[in-house]
Amino acid sequence: MSLDLPLIWAGVMAVAVLMYVMLDGFDLGIGILFPFAASPVERDVMMDTVAPVWDGNETWLVLGGGGLFAAFPLAYAIVMPALYAPIMLMLLALIFRGVSFEFRLRGRRTGKRFWTAAFAGGSIAATLAQGFVLGGFVQGVRVAGGRFAGGPFDWLSGYSLLVAAGLVAGYALLGACWLVWRTEGELHEKARRWTAISAAAVAVLLAAVSAATLVVHPEITARWGLSAGRVDWGQLTPRLPIPLLGGAGLAVIAIALRRRAHFWPFFGAILVFGSGYLGLAVGFFPYIVPYAVTFREAANADNALGLLLAGGVILLPAIIGYSLWVYYTFRGKVGPDAQFYH
Amino acid sequence: MDFDALVLSRLQFAFTLAFHIIFPAFTIGLASFLMVLEGLWLATKNAAFRNLYLFWIKIFALSFGMGVVSGVVMSYQFGTNWSVFSNVAAPVIGPLLAFEVLTAFFLEASFLGVMLFGWRKVGPGLHFAATLLVALGTLTSAFWIISANSWMQHPTGYVRLPSGALRATDWMAVIFSPTFPYRFVHMVLAAYLSTALVVGAASAWRLLRDPEEEESCLALKMAIGMFAIVAPLQLVVGDLSGKQLLSVQPAKLAAIEAFWESRSEQPFHIAAWPDRAQETNHLSIEAPELGSWIAAGNAHAFIRGLKAFPREDRPPVFIVFWAFRIMVGLGLLMIGLGFWGAYLASRGAPERHRLFLRACVLMGPAGFVSVIAGWVVAEVGRQPYTIYGVLRTAQSVSPVSAGQVSISLLAFMVTYAIIFCVGGLYILRLIAEGAHPTAAADTEPLRHGRPPGYALAAAPDEPEPVP
Ligand code: HDD
Ligand code: HEM
Ligand code: HEM
Repeated sequence: MSLDLPLIWAGVMAVAVLMYVMLDGFDLGIGILFPFAASPVERDVMMDTVAPVWDGNETWLVLGGGGLFAAFPLAYAIVMPALYAPIMLMLLALIFRGVSFEFRLRGRRTGKRFWTAAFAGGSIAATLAQGFVLGGFVQGVRVAGGRFAGGPFDWLSGYSLLVAAGLVAGYALLGACWLVWRTEGELHEKARRWTAISAAAVAVLLAAVSAATLVVHPEITARWGLSAGRVDWGQLTPRLPIPLLGGAGLAVIAIALRRRAHFWPFFGAILVFGSGYLGLAVGFFPYIVPYAVTFREAANADNALGLLLAGGVILLPAIIGYSLWVYYTFRGKVGPDAQFYH
Repeated sequence: MDFDALVLSRLQFAFTLAFHIIFPAFTIGLASFLMVLEGLWLATKNAAFRNLYLFWIKIFALSFGMGVVSGVVMSYQFGTNWSVFSNVAAPVIGPLLAFEVLTAFFLEASFLGVMLFGWRKVGPGLHFAATLLVALGTLTSAFWIISANSWMQHPTGYVRLPSGALRATDWMAVIFSPTFPYRFVHMVLAAYLSTALVVGAASAWRLLRDPEEEESCLALKMAIGMFAIVAPLQLVVGDLSGKQLLSVQPAKLAAIEAFWESRSEQPFHIAAWPDRAQETNHLSIEAPELGSWIAAGNAHAFIRGLKAFPREDRPPVFIVFWAFRIMVGLGLLMIGLGFWGAYLASRGAPERHRLFLRACVLMGPAGFVSVIAGWVVAEVGRQPYTIYGVLRTAQSVSPVSAGQVSISLLAFMVTYAIIFCVGGLYILRLIAEGAHPTAAADTEPLRHGRPPGYALAAAPDEPEPVP
């Protein structure tokens, strides 16, 4: 029996990127919400809730880049230069926000204020940049002779701006739900309000992005059975559960907020992200550079994928196992008296 | 692809890597040092070890953060700036870099959280295990990245298909390519030395103010032990690495020693002004026959000079020659410092010898300078290739415009300048505060079942937040 290695790795990469979006999503969301916190103490608590785990979360981004390099080098070699500017923006923003965790602790008055701003600004800029990356990617990349053949600003469009705005709202929602779950008292109440507001923004922007995707991408429209102004129910029906899942996620958030649940809003937000992600995947499969290169064309040599799989089968479950243990170790509510600093 | 984008991409890659490597060089060493400190604390219950641990872990946290963010930049730059290289090299070194993420980065990043924030959340045994895993992670990361780089220096275990693509044929030969063992050991020793020099400098600086400080005395002695043992070892390993170049990269060796002519009894150039255009050295101070002896272990050995290689295959000799001399010069000073310290220690109290303490402070940054110089020797000496003999640097670059790269390079320079200055300032401030017995350290690090936000978490047994 021979394994379909490119297909397996396409699945692994898809899961890795989704893991990244959901995990780093909530800690970037904390940064996006930073400007709305009322006091330095509140900001300390917000940061404390993610300080022990953010680095592990960001490692999924490294796996996204390193895994693409290792498993689908042609896609890596086309997409990275095509999205040069937003990727550089993302990296620079992540630098500022990443060092803020430690620098903010060490800064005195001005220093602390600067790194507070750097954490918020870096988180927002990194999210916008990821939105541009996603938007530019979905729009499609000009490819000729197996390499990127477009201009430096191809990624910039009304569409990618809309996607970026949507992602900011989405990460803010994840961050707010995380805070509902992991904080108490006044901050917890505030987080409920943030959740309600960002969920409303996500509902509107997700709908707008979906509509815009159908406008910019005739291939996707056809896949969903919506081209030429008529509805092809045979195409649409099997895909309907995806938007319904998003609606269900929003409903879970609304009900959980009403019932004053602590964990369930976060669960709802995850459903919303899962729905958006599946929606994209359905629109593209089997392309890894949208409508130019399929994952099979981009796949690395079989012996390289085989070696990777042999390692991945052992390593990925181990990583998930010890990551869960770390989350379990730092479970529970975090208050102003957490004081678990080194 | 235009020429300027190539030059700018090289500059950007060299700049961002030179910045990145400072932090691994420090965190690899410091993680192992912390592991030793915590182990000694658990074994001896001598509070000085715990105080040192709680002190250096703060500096570790700052440096590790800077290492992570600058490392993420590196892994994306392979694609943004060197996309052709990525596409060509991935069938062979792709799995190596992916294994680095899977075996090292996740391990470091996950257990770092426990190490930094778990002092009172997990038991002492588990906390020690976390420190151990972080240290192991940093070494594993060095293993894979040096393995990838060694393959680029001297590729083995692959074939070139008719289409021009590369395929691995023997993974063991790819991972353990012939230059890998020396280079890995040389890098790990370099990291240990760099860290020992910083620990020594910080302790010496404190002892100059207060010769009685127990923690600094202890740390100084540990650092002296490292200089005295590791610095001479580094010379041996470096020499072996250099002798290997004779067969694997003769052009690099010729550049390191500024040999132009091919001859036996090559002289050793202590100092010189190599001139690429005229193919000669100006102002050279040389020792006859010593060059052949150092490079091949035999004063009569015949060694090829740069003129034996076509002009377009010669590395930039001036940079390589001088970077090598900086590295080795500092290495010799480190050996001297080690012997001096060992001598003083054997006679009693090195912590009271003010001249020695000043020398330790001065040598604090020497490790980082040597590490960067060493990488310049290795990488610039490999030019004009990225994969030696297989892919030229000029063919490796991405189809991006010079404008984009110049903006990103400028942005990195500004960002790194800010991060470096502020991070350095915070580290110096911490050193100024010193490893005093802190409030946190007064309480036994026992497990308490309460989550940190629990209402009783502020009860008196809780530590003060360590500023
Ligand atoms: C000899 C060691 C060494 C060398 C030559 C390099 N690195 Fe590095 N890197 C490390 C040793 C290290 C480390 C010790 O594992 C770091 C440093 C501090 C840290 O946080 O982990 C790290 C961090 C680090 C990270 C962040 C990991 C995380 O999220 O936790 C990435 C993505 C890279 N590196 C990638 C690279 C690339 C692409 C390199 C070369 C082109 C490179 N490193 C050279
Ligand atoms: C961390 C220590 C390292 C340092 C300080 C370093 C430094 C440098 C420098 C100075 C150059 C420029 C040479 C020139 O342009 O003349 C270079 C080139 C290069 N290095 Fe390294 N290097 C390091 C490690 C690595 C590793 C681990 C890899 C790959 C796995 C790597 C891959 C490359 C590539 C692809 C180039 C070609 C691009 C260029 O010429 O700038 N380097 N490096
Ligand atoms: C004391 C005598 C030393 C000798 C003879 C020596 C020799 C060498 C040689 C020949 C290389 C090039 C290897 C290659 O390109 O394949 C090298 C690289 C390097 N050296 Fe040294 N070295 C010495 C000291 C040091 C010291 C003190 C440090 C740092 C603390 C250091 C750090 C490095 C690093 C980081 C590299 C690049 C990685 C590598 O190629 O191994 N070296 N050294």
